[in-house]
Amino acid sequence: MSKPVVATASLAGCFGCHMSILDIDDRILQLIELVEFNKSPVDDIKKFTKQCDIGIIEGGCCNSENVENLKEFRKHCKILISLGECAIMGGLPAMRNGIPVEECLKEAYLDCPTVDDKIIPNDDELPMILDRVYPLHEIVKIDYYLPGCPPRADLIWEALVALLTGKELNLPYEVVKFD
Amino acid sequence: MSDKITFTIDGKECTGKKGQTIVEAAKENGVYIPVLCHYDGLKPAGACRICTVRVGGRNMAACTTPIANDIVVQNNIPELEDMRKAIVEMLFVEGNHMCPTCEKSGNCELQALGYRYLMMAPRFPYLWPTKQVDASIPKLYIDRNRCILCLRCHRGVTTKDGKHIFGPVKRGDRTMITADPELAAGMTDKQAQQAMDICPVGALLKKEVGFVVPVGKRKYDQKPIGSEIQGN
Amino acid sequence: MGKEADTVVKKAVKNHGGDATCLLDIIRDVQDAMGCVSDEAVLQIARQLGISTTDVEGVVTFYHFFSKKPVGKYSVYLNNSAVAVMKGRAAVAKAFEQGARCKFGSVSSDGVIGLFDTSCIGMNDQEPAAIINGAVFTNLTPEKAKDLVEAMKAGKDVNKMVKDLGDGQNQSALVKSMVNNNIQKKGQVLFAPFEGGSALKKAVSMNPAGVIDEMKKSNLRGRGGAGFPAGMKWSFCRDAAGKKKYVICNADEGEPGTFKDRVILTELPHMLFEGMALAGYAIGSDEGILYLRAEYAYLKDYLENVLAGLRKKKMLGKDAGGKKGFSFDISIKLGAGAYVCGEESALIESAEGKRGAPRNRPPFPAQYGYMGKPTIVNNVETYCTATRIILEGGEWYAKMGTAQSKGTKLLSVSGDCKKPGIYEVEFGMTIQTLLEECDGRPAVAVQVGGPSGNCVGKKDFGRRICFDDLATGGSIIVIGSNTDLLEVVHNFMDFFVEESCGWCVPCRAGNVILRNKLEKIMHGNGTMADLKELEDWCLIVKSMSRCGLGQTSPNPIYTTLKNFRELYEAKVKKDVEYSTEFDLAAAVEDSCKYAGRKPQLGEHS
Repeated sequence: MSKPVVATASLAGCFGCHMSILDIDDRILQLIELVEFNKSPVDDIKKFTKQCDIGIIEGGCCNSENVENLKEFRKHCKILISLGECAIMGGLPAMRNGIPVEECLKEAYLDCPTVDDKIIPNDDELPMILDRVYPLHEIVKIDYYLPGCPPRADLIWEALVALLTGKELNLPYEVVKFD
Repeated sequence: MSDKITFTIDGKECTGKKGQTIVEAAKENGVYIPVLCHYDGLKPAGACRICTVRVGGRNMAACTTPIANDIVVQNNIPELEDMRKAIVEMLFVEGNHMCPTCEKSGNCELQALGYRYLMMAPRFPYLWPTKQVDASIPKLYIDRNRCILCLRCHRGVTTKDGKHIFGPVKRGDRTMITADPELAAGMTDKQAQQAMDICPVGALLKKEVGFVVPVGKRKYDQKPIGSEIQGN
Repeated sequence: MGKEADTVVKKAVKNHGGDATCLLDIIRDVQDAMGCVSDEAVLQIARQLGISTTDVEGVVTFYHFFSKKPVGKYSVYLNNSAVAVMKGRAAVAKAFEQGARCKFGSVSSDGVIGLFDTSCIGMNDQEPAAIINGAVFTNLTPEKAKDLVEAMKAGKDVNKMVKDLGDGQNQSALVKSMVNNNIQKKGQVLFAPFEGGSALKKAVSMNPAGVIDEMKKSNLRGRGGAGFPAGMKWSFCRDAAGKKKYVICNADEGEPGTFKDRVILTELPHMLFEGMALAGYAIGSDEGILYLRAEYAYLKDYLENVLAGLRKKKMLGKDAGGKKGFSFDISIKLGAGAYVCGEESALIESAEGKRGAPRNRPPFPAQYGYMGKPTIVNNVETYCTATRIILEGGEWYAKMGTAQSKGTKLLSVSGDCKKPGIYEVEFGMTIQTLLEECDGRPAVAVQVGGPSGNCVGKKDFGRRICFDDLATGGSIIVIGSNTDLLEVVHNFMDFFVEESCGWCVPCRAGNVILRNKLEKIMHGNGTMADLKELEDWCLIVKSMSRCGLGQTSPNPIYTTLKNFRELYEAKVKKDVEYSTEFDLAAAVEDSCKYAGRKPQLGEHS
């Protein structure tokens, strides 16, 4: 039987959650035994080459590219997991949500003292900024949530093993944290 | 007539004194009922409703309901526990709770209840309200993004002659805590610390200090809220 | 400005004896004098009363008719109840906005006209209606709105803008209002002939316990909505320790669609005040308070005059009703716009000059009420009914009605019917019979008991109006086939979001969450899973809320989900398990605008 296929991505996140995936230490060798990675920064596969069983996404959606990416994942993955605070509730990037996007753009590109060319980037190649940062589940259906900033490596490990093997999920108190 | 009162919580025989609330008596009997707006020594508010228990089939806030002989209290039942969890989730979506950025993280009672109830993500959509931070008080600031309107500061932080330093203004979902600028300016360091301690979340924070306790050693890093009462 | 605030506040505080329990009255005086209660005024009031500014600001901002910002020389409060909407509110609002050149929620740039939405003002049988500087304008049309704007711009006195007076006592010199009573059906209890003074004289000829006995025999249940037996309430209060006790009349009918108390206050104030006096005799109280909703402030002078007359006739004051040693008098306290103050403990808080947030109970008002003293709070109709009960006897009364609901009930009927107005009917009348009487036969739904009650459909029109079946505090709204029922439900949810006091979490946050979910479904973005969640969440809010407001606020959704499920199912996507309101085009619109680029949509998907 072929191994389950996993894909991962970081949208409007800091890659901290991915660092935490690596933080499962030597268990990563077991993980490689258990699964095959497809599109993911872990193996640098840029495009989906097949349907996947599990998609793990870090970061929320702050621009149109994030949205596109997320929808791609939903299309290609049977199960989609929101990994970390940004994916679940927008996280730090969502601190702009109370501020109108016009003000954000002005502050970042026009009024900021460290900016030379005072222009709001407008090249068509650039992703379009959303009015606010969206948690993933406000855009596509999400099957599981793993909170934390970053989620503890043990939480990621336990959740993946439970999902892959059908083993009962065992979460000690210390592993579910929002910071 | 004796002041002793006997009653049961989830079948456990409990005793208490006349005048005690269900929350107070339960605590003395080693039974944890989750609370958030309750603070020992303050007049109960019944604001958060997380302590809702069922007494004789009716839902009552355990923090405001006095014990009486032979009452049958249901506390740890799945239906109530889910609704309590829903209250925690409502609080998370009606504010802007960015735990990773909050100084109270690890010592926050709301967050601790989120842990206790294994809230992986709130069932309700985030409301993304626009809230103002008030930094005009010399010794502390009010971050209304985090305020859960438990009214603990309103009830517990007063001047010597009993005037409220903090209080709620507006109504409904627009309700917010504000301070009397003159009275707040007169707060001592001790009072500012007291205000910060009385606040269950990170809405009242002392200025010029922060993040003193390292991650891992904070109040709710290792053990769930309520374990000090249940003894586990 | 600072000096003016200083003078105005000093005068207001002095007028009310520097008494913080008169905070609402003090604030009202300041608001009337200055057009708003500024930060400066808040500070002055607080310092002169020796309280925190948060206490003052807390009250100013709690009540709808107080404002920290100027509300205009003329403030137009246009009712936004569901029935107002049915009767053409949108066009009237538009006419006001065009004339005043400002939007609702703001004041015209010259500061002359302020336009504000307001919750039901008790005129559902003559909507659209508005209150302008205290005067009520009913049956508005865009043309009338235009005329009103012109009159305001010309600086005309509001009372001179009232052209045709309404019926009955609305024409009396101290009312002079265009409001109509619309009494469609008179019954044996409230609208039978009544000889002023007869009931009190009879009551004081009995002993107080005897009065309460008659009340108990009558099985009269409170007419405000909750239906607590009045005799029992009175006897609890009578038995409560303490010499000082209060009789409070709840004249704060705020349930959208209720206006029956307004008609009683206009036509039967003697009967009401006599009921309060005999209640005072029964429980051992010497002081009554009529808590009058701000929307009915236009009746205040008239009611004060009725009270003065009663004092003259020795029905109030020392040896009231001719009973040596029984002294009883009544004062009027005005509310300031808050539905939740219809809840008795919130009303007491408000009467004490505080935010109208309900109290935690126990203790109940019968033990710990106004100023901490034993207090009964009853509805306007309840006191009037008590007056008749004392005259005719509890047994006579209990012969009418059903097993659990004795006597008659005053109904306020409005909406899609030809004969809106007041109906005094015997308990047990079916919805169908009522619909025939008010000529609301094309009805597809009837909202019984207002938004917090039950919305029933045709299959339930055989059900009876009584506590045993369909309970109501009086509000009956007929909904015809031309009205979108979900829009009505949405209007009701807006109402609860606006009127929640904000004290407890489930009501404060829950109602917003419920309304948003309803909107998602109404926009066609819901799924069957959303319907399930909507129902579950209604139960959470109902089960966990602190007072009757939150415990019933999900009812518009909850009862229509039960009785009109097909309306919801027609709106949701049945073949998908997930649907979202996220719209990429809308989400990028602003940023693209400010960056000066054209949104590129959909080419990758």
